[in-house]
Amino acid sequence: MRNSAEVVIIGGGVIGVAVAYHLAKQGCRDVLVLERDYLASGATGRCGAGVRQQWGTEMNLRMSIPSVKMFESMNHDLEYDGDIEFKQGGYLLLAYTEVGWEQFQKNVALQQQHGLGVRLCTPEEAKEIVPHLNTEGLVGATYNATDGHCNPFHVTDAYAKAARRLGVEIQTFTEVTAIRRSNGQIVGVETTRGPVATKTVVNAGGAWSGQLSAMAGVEIPVRPERHQILVTEPVAPMQGPMVMSFHHHLYCQQTPHGSFIMGLGDPSEVAGFNQRASWQFLEEMAQKITWLLPPLRGVRVVRQWSGLYEMTPDRTPILGGVSGVEGLFLATGFSGHGFMLAPMTGVLLAEAILGLPASLPIEKMDLGRFARGELFYEPSVV
Amino acid sequence: MLGTRSEIFSSGGKQKMTSLDQQIIICRCEDLTLSDVRGLIEKGYRTLDELRRISRLGMGPCQGRTCRPLVQRELQAGGVPMKSQSIGVIRPPAMPITLGAIADGSEEGQKDA
Ligand SMILES: Cc1cc2nc3c(=O)[nH]c(=O)nc-3n(C[C@H](O)[C@H](O)[C@H](O)COP(=O)(O)OP(=O)(O)OC[C@H]3O[C@@H](n4cnc5c(N)ncnc54)[C@H](O)[C@@H]3O)c2cc1C
Ligand code: FES
Repeated sequence: MRNSAEVVIIGGGVIGVAVAYHLAKQGCRDVLVLERDYLASGATGRCGAGVRQQWGTEMNLRMSIPSVKMFESMNHDLEYDGDIEFKQGGYLLLAYTEVGWEQFQKNVALQQQHGLGVRLCTPEEAKEIVPHLNTEGLVGATYNATDGHCNPFHVTDAYAKAARRLGVEIQTFTEVTAIRRSNGQIVGVETTRGPVATKTVVNAGGAWSGQLSAMAGVEIPVRPERHQILVTEPVAPMQGPMVMSFHHHLYCQQTPHGSFIMGLGDPSEVAGFNQRASWQFLEEMAQKITWLLPPLRGVRVVRQWSGLYEMTPDRTPILGGVSGVEGLFLATGFSGHGFMLAPMTGVLLAEAILGLPASLPIEKMDLGRFARGELFYEPSVV
Repeated sequence: MLGTRSEIFSSGGKQKMTSLDQQIIICRCEDLTLSDVRGLIEKGYRTLDELRRISRLGMGPCQGRTCRPLVQRELQAGGVPMKSQSIGVIRPPAMPITLGAIADGSEEGQKDA
């Protein structure tokens, strides 16, 4: 392992490797990625890997729409020897209350301004899109055909391989134990395999990014929150789109492999690093999904697990530099949708670190917004 | 998918693959052969967790009960000593069970309570 690097990235999830790749692509190749376990061992490898553009804030739209474009050509652009399995089967979002429906109408107007081919659907139209949908109580839905999902291991693998080809060093099973500062400047990190001198550190530590920032003396409002998920045996293709209901806090999709992946958010979940899977989740998930999509009754669950969302107070990521600490960059706080935003995050962080013109006004997503009181509020999170 | 699969699994070819290796199934749930597994190990996926995630090995209906010991043996042959191998996390449920049975079971459970 090298003992100095221009940039050290902490975290080998999709965000860490995407930032590494984009730095190298911009010519900054003396980059070291440190991951305490194996690549994608954190939230990335546990996530639903849904990719949607149906967001309710301008910033998320401006992050997610170009990210989809990048997923579309990722196998080719990263010269991947596998397949990221990007399936654009669309997302069908369901509204069960008048308030929810009004919010959807506002969202769709904003999304269409951003060029998205999204549309409002009656319950009957929703049923045409997903014929096995139970429309009882459904007020309306929105559908966007270019949303979809990927294989998160292969996306991480693709970025990691492309970054390595450009000269990036990626070390797994290597934990960062301290971040060194000299006054206001980052000077290095300590790891379980020795010190590394560097003037630039990227905190891509996901749910653990709060602990990492604290090592540099910076407090960030990122709260770990368990979310549970399960996968079924593979069955014949029957569902194109991801089906998502904010009202029931659930989502359910069929992967190209044939298995269904579904998850549930629990509004009463307390903050913490608990990643155990619970029987209560299995029960509640089974009840809700067999009501919503009745033919799934006969499909067998093979595995359940959980992972950590990295929640911020306004459910919007924290990106870019930190005032007062030269050389510390944050790429965290994705609040449960960091997988789909990884491509643009890679681009934006590389630009910020190298002082290049920014593709988006990422300064609005900085840590300082919490002190300034300039919060976003993303309404559409499960 | 099959076309790209063979690309992922083909190793640069240090270890000679025989056509027999391509016929010996290691993970019957996810349809991976001995040559697939050896190719991945040679490519540097050297823990069960990494192998599972890149190839779905051990992620099928039997959750690796059939293939895990065979893969561990291959890892050992590939230079990863058995005692340094993690068996990976074994996740619930213990046996595949239909969503319908879980949903019904829990309703009854509530009635009993
Ligand atoms: C159940 C679930 C479902 C989800 N579904 C979706 C979805 O459908 N779509 C979507 O876009 N997003 C989804 N997400 C969110 C998504 O998984 C995350 O936002 C995204 O993976 C964040 O990536 P990351 O690289 O920042 O974090 P992670 O993948 O968690 O990576 C952080 C890494 O940092 C490492 N690390 C931590 N501390 C240290 C240290 N001291 N030294 C070295 N390494 C360290 C960890 O081991 C970890 O691998 C879901 C999340 C969960 C839990
Ligand atoms: S044989 Fe490998 S998962 Fe069943």
